[in-house]
Amino acid sequence: MTASAANPVAPVLDVKDLHVEFDTYGGIVKAVRGVSFDVHAGKTLAIVGESGCGKSVTVQSIMGLIPMPPGRITRGTAMLDGVDIVQQKIVNGRDIRGNRVGMIFQDPMSALNPTMRVGDQIAETLQVHRGYSKRQAFDRAVEVLTLANIPEADKRARQYPFAFSGGMLQRAMIAIAIACEPAVLIADEPTTALDVTIQAQILDLLKDLQRRNGMAIVLITHDLGVVARMADDVSVMYAGEIVETGSVDDVFYRAAHPYTLGLKAAMPSSTTPKDQGLRPIEGTPPDLFAPPDGCGYFARCPHAMRVCGPSHPPNVEVDPRHNALCWLHHPDAPRTVSELHRRVQA
Amino acid sequence: MTEETAEPERVGKPESIVRRRIRKFRRIKRGYWSFLLITAAYVLSFSLPYLMNGTAFLVRFKGEYYVPAFRVYQASTFGQQAFGEADYRALKRQFDAEDNGNWVLLPPYPFGPNESLLDLPGTPPHPPSWEHPFGTDDRGRDVLVRLAYGFNISLTFAVLVLLIGDGVGIVVGAVLGYVAGKVDLIGQRVIEIWSSLPFLYTIIIVSSIVVPVYVPGRMQVLQPSFWLLIAILSAFEWMGITYYVRGEFYREKARDYVGAAIVTGVSGPAIMFRHILPNALTPVISFAPFTIVANIGSLVALDFLGFGLPAPTPSWGELIGQGMENLTKWWLVFFPLGVLFATLLLVVFIGEAVREAFDPKEYSRLR
Repeated sequence: MTASAANPVAPVLDVKDLHVEFDTYGGIVKAVRGVSFDVHAGKTLAIVGESGCGKSVTVQSIMGLIPMPPGRITRGTAMLDGVDIVQQKIVNGRDIRGNRVGMIFQDPMSALNPTMRVGDQIAETLQVHRGYSKRQAFDRAVEVLTLANIPEADKRARQYPFAFSGGMLQRAMIAIAIACEPAVLIADEPTTALDVTIQAQILDLLKDLQRRNGMAIVLITHDLGVVARMADDVSVMYAGEIVETGSVDDVFYRAAHPYTLGLKAAMPSSTTPKDQGLRPIEGTPPDLFAPPDGCGYFARCPHAMRVCGPSHPPNVEVDPRHNALCWLHHPDAPRTVSELHRRVQA
Repeated sequence: MTEETAEPERVGKPESIVRRRIRKFRRIKRGYWSFLLITAAYVLSFSLPYLMNGTAFLVRFKGEYYVPAFRVYQASTFGQQAFGEADYRALKRQFDAEDNGNWVLLPPYPFGPNESLLDLPGTPPHPPSWEHPFGTDDRGRDVLVRLAYGFNISLTFAVLVLLIGDGVGIVVGAVLGYVAGKVDLIGQRVIEIWSSLPFLYTIIIVSSIVVPVYVPGRMQVLQPSFWLLIAILSAFEWMGITYYVRGEFYREKARDYVGAAIVTGVSGPAIMFRHILPNALTPVISFAPFTIVANIGSLVALDFLGFGLPAPTPSWGELIGQGMENLTKWWLVFFPLGVLFATLLLVVFIGEAVREAFDPKEYSRLR
């Protein structure tokens, strides 16, 4: 809580203009193309988007999980505690990773080491960052497991991961991530591999822990229900770019980008008439080997204009702290946003 | 919270995968008993100097105690008409005949591995008799004793080469697999070049350079020492396992738990050896018994060809070589080959059971 406590307005994690590429046999994949976001203490930012749009790559590059080669971070910064963790991760990595930033993975079944006792895996991060003795660290690990709502934590800590159920493994994973009380918790689709009742428990646990330590959460998901439940702010990613960002209310009720509108329209709801099928977004995302010069959504956008093809759209602030990467909000654009809404709703 | 309450009896019973595999291994009777037998025989073989030896434990002579097991006594000490160390078997016969309070306590099988029993009737090699059930070799040394000592030496040799070779192989394979990239590319090529060196010629060349053994009057066959032989064999053994460990590391490092370890800030070597290695040991352990078989085979072959252990060392290969030179002396062919066959068979049984115990499939033909 050092930097954020001194200046409560400053974000804990501030990512700016992040570019990530991968060398493949087919050429260079530009997986992340200038992503910027920030997250404040005690707040949750949800990054949503369809598969392959670069959500996971974004956070993995922040956490130093991109295999290099073939991966490459060509540009961008991620400031945490005044340190750029994208550039400095080798020098400063051990103090940042696991200590100031924790991460939860999608599949808890494979994210814990099957040959190590659960308690030892939590204890390890405490030994590395806090300099605890083995015994101290294990005792603290039991405390953290209790904090993560694992019953009989002292016995559970001595067990191996395969003795845990999926939901409990995810709790154990959360326990590892929060053991050192990080300022930022990155959750990469933390509930995708779990069934729905357990999902709710895990989300509640995350909320509860956030209230307790005031950490910031970056939540990666493609489940808009989870977003509505958890997030304060939302960033919508498409083809390696953040196309819209704003508060939950902004994005859900005053969506400004056609892609966000398409996502919402594709979601079935209880009021959808039975005979009306799902409404998918037609087409496929652009080829990231050769990303288009203009808008990535151009080929699928029902509101596309001639300018969208050749020219990259501007980042327009539609409302305060509500941005969209779209030509429609340009002053010269023919249609207004309200018109756009009506057309999509109809 | 239903998931936790559903199975409360499992709480507090930690069983690692290793323990599960050991339990599975013990259920495979043939391999398990082979393992117990070989282990017991090997442990017992370290007490061979007190079980099979020509030197007495204890001598009582003219009211005084002598402990030849720990000290060397001259023959004259006990009034024998000879030079050098006392002959305790002769002494026992003499004392038994005199029956005047002197006695000798000999090991159960009172013949040493390097003793030439020239007082036996006829010329060596002597055929099996009640006193020497496996007969003697061409220098009159008891074959049973030499086979027993040879067992200890062969197994020690095989295990040491295994440990050194696999130790190096695991570290190299781990680095190649984990670091990958150029290190892997270059490392692999170096291994390929190294593995194309002919093993036997290297042994002949190295041993001829390092240990030219001259005995006045004639030149002995060039033979490297025990440790040099271990070093040479290890230098050729480590490569095989690197491929498997490298492959395992490639597979394991892409899994989430490694990412989770990286994310918690654990250092590279700790990830390699604390996190990945325990998950990458399956091929190492499955191959170990077969590597031991191969090592014993190598040592026997080298001894057979005369490039093995130095001359008086009890060795199976040397005995088999004698058998080939004296084909009519069946006991020099049959017993060494029989013991070699039995040992290798038992170790293969162990290997088969280990492989089975590590097999993720629950049911198969071996049970």
